[in-house]
Amino acid sequence: MDDVVAPVALEAVRRRGPERLPGEPRAVGYLFVAPAFLIYAAFTLVPLLHAVNLSFFEWDGLTPGTFVGLRNYAAFFTDPLIRSSYGHTLVLIVFFSFLPITIGLLLAASLSRIRIRGLTFFRTILFVPVIITNVVVAVTWAWIYAPDGPLNAFLRAIGLGHVARAWLGDFTWALPSVGLVGTWGEFGFCMILFIAGIMKIPASLYEAARVDGAGPVREFLAVTLPGLRHELTVALVLTVIDALSTFDLVYVMTSGGPGTATSVPAFQVYSRAFLTNQVGSAAAIGITLMLIVFAVTFGITRLMERGEG
Amino acid sequence: MATLIGAACTPGGTTGSRTAAPTPSATGVIGTEPVTLTVWDQETGRVSKIWDRLNAEFMEKYPNVTIERVRKSFSDLKTSLKLAVAGPNPPDVVEANQGWPDMGALVRAGLLLPLDGYAEAYGWLDRVPAGVLAVNRFTPDASEFGTGSLYGFTGMGEMIGVFYNKTKLAQLGLERPATFAEFEHALEVAKQAGEVPIAFGNLDKFAGIHEFTAIQNVIAPKDYLTDLIFSRRGPDLSFDTPENREAAAILREWAEKGYFTEGFNGVGYDDVVARFVEGEGVFMITGNWIVQNIGPENRDFGFFVMPPLEAGDPPVTTGGPGFPLAIAAASEHPDVAAAYIDWMTSDHAGQMLIPTGQLPLYIGADTSGIDPESVLGELLAEADRVSRADGLVPYLDWATPTFYDTTTAAIQELMGLKIGVEEFVRDIDADYAAFQASRG
Repeated sequence: MDDVVAPVALEAVRRRGPERLPGEPRAVGYLFVAPAFLIYAAFTLVPLLHAVNLSFFEWDGLTPGTFVGLRNYAAFFTDPLIRSSYGHTLVLIVFFSFLPITIGLLLAASLSRIRIRGLTFFRTILFVPVIITNVVVAVTWAWIYAPDGPLNAFLRAIGLGHVARAWLGDFTWALPSVGLVGTWGEFGFCMILFIAGIMKIPASLYEAARVDGAGPVREFLAVTLPGLRHELTVALVLTVIDALSTFDLVYVMTSGGPGTATSVPAFQVYSRAFLTNQVGSAAAIGITLMLIVFAVTFGITRLMERGEG
Repeated sequence: MATLIGAACTPGGTTGSRTAAPTPSATGVIGTEPVTLTVWDQETGRVSKIWDRLNAEFMEKYPNVTIERVRKSFSDLKTSLKLAVAGPNPPDVVEANQGWPDMGALVRAGLLLPLDGYAEAYGWLDRVPAGVLAVNRFTPDASEFGTGSLYGFTGMGEMIGVFYNKTKLAQLGLERPATFAEFEHALEVAKQAGEVPIAFGNLDKFAGIHEFTAIQNVIAPKDYLTDLIFSRRGPDLSFDTPENREAAAILREWAEKGYFTEGFNGVGYDDVVARFVEGEGVFMITGNWIVQNIGPENRDFGFFVMPPLEAGDPPVTTGGPGFPLAIAAASEHPDVAAAYIDWMTSDHAGQMLIPTGQLPLYIGADTSGIDPESVLGELLAEADRVSRADGLVPYLDWATPTFYDTTTAAIQELMGLKIGVEEFVRDIDADYAAFQASRG
């Protein structure tokens, strides 16, 4: 690492002088960035490159690996378990991203419009799910979803006993059940983000809308929603990343079951790297997941920015 | 870093320093210089407390030895053991799970010491039946499982069978079943009476293997099962056999008839154990370890091995040595480590461990102080009967490195009526065939 830093530092010294225009970036800036960059490189970039390297091998984690080129990546197209795992994340995006954003928007719009007593209290209550550790959340929800758990007890009490089932053991409902926990955990974050965003929207815009005779819906569509463009981008990017990288909920609640109905890429990474000694395959799934996250994030930000112009 | 970016560099290559079996000149700890022995295990509860006592006694016996015990959870040990043993400061003694993914991978990398020399010096092989110890054997290149050198040793074992609630069985007017047909009849009677015939929770996935193998062990020939699990006949053996199909069909039928806890795929194993102990369910097909939950002296529960098709046929069931103790190849004190293993697997240790529900593998264990009417008493009697009939079959999920994932998922799908028998045997056989092909 030293050989990278030294020239930068020298460069900084050489260029320091009065001929530099005010506001021009100074090379010495790199020096300030260096400590953080070194840590980032040591703990993120180097492991990342190492993982890329591993993904080209068939390796059990102990004995010398065998170079297999892109075969671990080709499995993306041939291994039905990898494909279905990625398919499941598409469902999870609906629950981790679209639903929380919709609920967050509705709550933010109503909480910032309606003046009620104890507003801070409600905001706090609605935000609580965000700050609870996911493992605790998963254990609690596994109990709620249990065949004799509170959810089924409630359904039976209101005469919907025929709907009651072992939610996490049901091939159709296990994935939406896990997803709904994500919705519960994410909406508070979206709500807070949007409430903050709405506070930045000039009151004059709302007044103008009202003068023009806009009702609550019209006002929301014409003023609030466009004013929240940046917050929406942030919420969309972060929640989609959460959906794509889901691991803890699945690990604690279903271990990917029943069958493989709730298996997700991050769970496959864990299972292959630590349980079945397929380290290369695990690395390939991880790298693919990262590339997808990059592509999706890039796509979302581009889309939202273009809309602005 | 340049090498990382450049042409892909081959990972791995950590191989153990010593892979030849040491032959000790004497047993016990020789020498008086201070030795620190690091031990990694995954014991919990009462067993863990007994280990602490045994460790203390060992240190008293050999004052120059200090035992540094590192307790891990089962899954934590599984994920960190390989990194630790391959690392610069490996533990001396480790509990290494049998099978390809754990012990097999460590042997292949030369990270475990063959224990044959120690086994001879300490007479371990005279104490535990050779057939039972096969699951702790690999060839030194780990190309074959169930044969070759001994890489782990333990005196205590596990066994799958049927726990039953004596009160409920009596209320239903039933005797302890002596044949498989009688067992099926008992399930039907229990179902008709509104009881849960078999307490079962499969949210954690592993429990399903016990339900399937309990039936499979009765129907498929024992030699076939052992050969399958040890890959003894390579690609000549298939999972798709009439017996496996029949076992799968029976399991599916039981699920279809509602013989298991309702919504079992969504019920946790620990929950169901707790509910069974509280009185929900007539039978529970699982391992000896739930004796700790029931209470070893409890007379309201009993245990039997899944009865055979014909009354009087020898009992066959899944089981074998528990987590074996192994020595890291890089250990600086292998002789002390071996003396420690001998101590932890001695008759003395066994007498302390038997009341926890662990089964003695060694012949002639003293069980005189145990009430034969208690659940522990019945368990030990059945274990003795199985040992004498040489009726233990290794865990099915040891057959291939990925067999656990494949079979647990397939069993959840079969019992959830998501797939049929055809697809079940096909899915599992595909895994088996792929592994046999990869071994060349």
